Amino acid sequence: MSPDHNVSSASDPDLDHSVTDLSRRTFLKAGAIAGGGLLLSLRLPFGADESSAAQTASFAPNAFVTIDRDGRIVLTMPYVEMGQGTYTSIPMLIAEELEVELSHVQLAHAPPNEKLYANPLLGIQATGNSNAIRGAWKPLREAGATARTMLVAAAAKRWNVEPASCRAQSGEVLHSATGRKASYGELAADAAGMPVPVNVPLKDHKDFRLIGTRAKRLDTPAKVNGTAVYGIDVRPPGVKIATLAQSPVFGGKVKTVEEAAAREVKGVRQIVRLDDAVAVVADHMGAAKKGLEALVIEWDEGPLAGLTTAAIASELERATLGPGAVAQSLGDTERAMAEAVTKVNAIYQVPFLAHATLEPMNCTVHVRKDVCEVWVGTQALARAQAIAAKTAGLPLDRVVVHNHLIGGGFGRRLDVDGVARAVQIAQQVEGPVKVVWTREEDIQHDMYRPYWFDRLSAGLDGKGMPVAWMHRFAGSSVIARYLPPAFKNGLDPDSTEGAIDLPYELPNVRVEYLRVEPPGIPTAFWRSVGPSHNVFVVESFMDELAAAARQDPVSYRIALLDKTPRAKSVLAVAAEKSGWGQPLPARVGRGVSLQFAFATHMAHVAEVEVSNDGDVRVRRVVCAVDCGAVVNPDTVRAQIESGIMFGITAALYGEITLKRGRVEQDNFDSYQMLRMNEAPTVEVHMVPSSEPPGGMGEAGTSAIVPAVANAIFAATGKRLRKMPVDARLLKRPT
Amino acid sequence: MAFSIKVNGKTHNVDVDGDTALLWVLRDVLGMTGTKFGCGRALCGACTVHLDGAAIRSCITSIDSIGSSEITTIEAVGATAVGARVQKAWLDREVVQCGYCQSGQIMSAAALLASNARPTDSEIDEAMSGNICRCGTYVRIREAIKVAAQGGGQKG
Repeated sequence: MSPDHNVSSASDPDLDHSVTDLSRRTFLKAGAIAGGGLLLSLRLPFGADESSAAQTASFAPNAFVTIDRDGRIVLTMPYVEMGQGTYTSIPMLIAEELEVELSHVQLAHAPPNEKLYANPLLGIQATGNSNAIRGAWKPLREAGATARTMLVAAAAKRWNVEPASCRAQSGEVLHSATGRKASYGELAADAAGMPVPVNVPLKDHKDFRLIGTRAKRLDTPAKVNGTAVYGIDVRPPGVKIATLAQSPVFGGKVKTVEEAAAREVKGVRQIVRLDDAVAVVADHMGAAKKGLEALVIEWDEGPLAGLTTAAIASELERATLGPGAVAQSLGDTERAMAEAVTKVNAIYQVPFLAHATLEPMNCTVHVRKDVCEVWVGTQALARAQAIAAKTAGLPLDRVVVHNHLIGGGFGRRLDVDGVARAVQIAQQVEGPVKVVWTREEDIQHDMYRPYWFDRLSAGLDGKGMPVAWMHRFAGSSVIARYLPPAFKNGLDPDSTEGAIDLPYELPNVRVEYLRVEPPGIPTAFWRSVGPSHNVFVVESFMDELAAAARQDPVSYRIALLDKTPRAKSVLAVAAEKSGWGQPLPARVGRGVSLQFAFATHMAHVAEVEVSNDGDVRVRRVVCAVDCGAVVNPDTVRAQIESGIMFGITAALYGEITLKRGRVEQDNFDSYQMLRMNEAPTVEVHMVPSSEPPGGMGEAGTSAIVPAVANAIFAATGKRLRKMPVDARLLKRPT
Repeated sequence: MAFSIKVNGKTHNVDVDGDTALLWVLRDVLGMTGTKFGCGRALCGACTVHLDGAAIRSCITSIDSIGSSEITTIEAVGATAVGARVQKAWLDREVVQCGYCQSGQIMSAAALLASNARPTDSEIDEAMSGNICRCGTYVRIREAIKVAAQGGGQKG
């Protein structure tokens, strides 16, 4: 890997190789690379059900492993690194079965190609939804094992011995009886001619050398010495810097611009007017900003000039008065509710949230007559290429996208609105231009985590246990915009995740969803997506039921988990390690949450302290997780720590509000982030498991919000049904 | 207007308005992109550099205020003993995730340890709470600062 770890598009591996064999019903193909060597092309399966991929008639590979005559092993794969450690954990899968060290596997980033590099769980070339390891777990180990078997076969043939008498170790094949050995590089060309083994056995978990061990991150050295190149750092020769003002009201247009004062600013080169934005192009960002401030822009604010968050919330509330699309129905909820001894009703709401990636939105573009070159850090490379082509009016093959390190994704860089905007500006600029959003523009023109409005009711039996569960909620469907075919019958798999298929044994359940799009407000995936909303609501309400039943929140939940032992186990571990039940001082409380999402089971216990003024400090978080087989335990731990801080930030501070059609927050004073002095200690306990891996990038975030809210209830007796925490409600009564 | 500034031991002449923030001179004029833009208002610390050894926010430091002071950036902090220890501790403790804030975190930590070889938890909080990490690597930053402090071999 290059020292600056600057990811640029690799060229496609030679796809015109002679196919020598076909195996596993078109899962994997072997061939030779130009110059001699082994090429494995594989297909990462679509959907969680791996068998469905085997039914696919035509073979379209989306990942490649090559071993050349020099023994270089290169993995070409579609996932991007954004701090989640994918560049380290994915190569571990190949290295494990290929019997080489992690350092022997080089990564090449896949070029944009939606057909070739689709994410198996998203169906598009994108890194998101915590599914890189989930998608790659089996096929990449199979690829490693297949390559190893073919290398051994090549050696055995050369030496005229039985393959079973040879073994692979550290990049060589050994025949111990005769002491012969050959490196993978020496064998690679011959291996390409060997038959592809069918149903090659994978290692037993107990034999793993690499998987499950702490591997050093491969992408970090350049990130501590200033040499790492993020999208915002690119400097193609002659690049100018632009910054922009977009209509402060969503959907508004530019009416008039007075440019004279801006043109006087030293270093300002050009002012670019678009329909709904103005950009100042300059020698450096300082001049661009100063120029922008000197502009006098009058906006035609359009029909949304009066929009407020309250209006959006009441629209959602109104929608929940009627029935929604049924996401899950078990038993007869209506009847069970009618027969229940006790009823509990509650309304929950969560706000719009901005992503606030620390690297502000930016994109560098050079539009020439018949080619468009783009430099950007994106989670969705093919999408970036497509929008650039569409905006520039060029065919796809005339657009080159260089992908770069991402200074925070969190879902923001799954969207490519910034690429479109930068291309629009670049079309009017001679030479390359780097468009950099100010923090204010970044926050006020984000695409936001949707606002949600939830109505819940439960019926309890004589012992206080839930016999009826009714949950109806309204909000935007991100999937309906992002991946329209996945929105079917009024439902999508993201909006309902964490609201349906709960780990609890509930006899009568009805969950309904109403898609209501806020007027003009763009919504997008935000770290922990659907569960970011649902898990807060469900786990807070479950806590309410325990309180209504006058039972301990942990034992109340455990009584409902007989059929989900993995969930029960993480909850028991989190409770035990946190000292659940041990006495705490006044206005300090523990709160619990249990989550099954992203194919990972997780329980958090948060310990919070509430000041007399109502300020909340999260002191300690204990997490127990069963995420299936762990590839890189340190990365799992890091992602949980990270997810928890992200979720606490949302719980304590996160809220985007609208007034007069404008976002009211604009920088880190009005849209606060958790800081070092507020960060809790975090303990992570991994429950050993040999199940397939679950996702780790987001689970910690959605699970922590209800744990904090439940801890606040334990500390103060105040139930918070709306996020973020409102300190005014928590003041100590005098 | 022309200014002469000393960055990482080397003198550079730049021709910009006097109110131009040092951050843009470093990144866009001199091409030293290790120092990051995060907020533009000294709220996040991503742009932290050293001015005569003290941590400052380059996004609000105008070029005409620097005079003959010496600026050190992330590109050169590893040449100091403290800076090198901090960088090593960052790697040893696997602090980094997306990494975007870490230039600023490392510059703040190096300035802290240069003036206070064995900071307490509350001194670490005080020195570091101006640096936002959106990935939330705070637990590890705290550990790494302690590791780097111990590596200094001094008693505080």
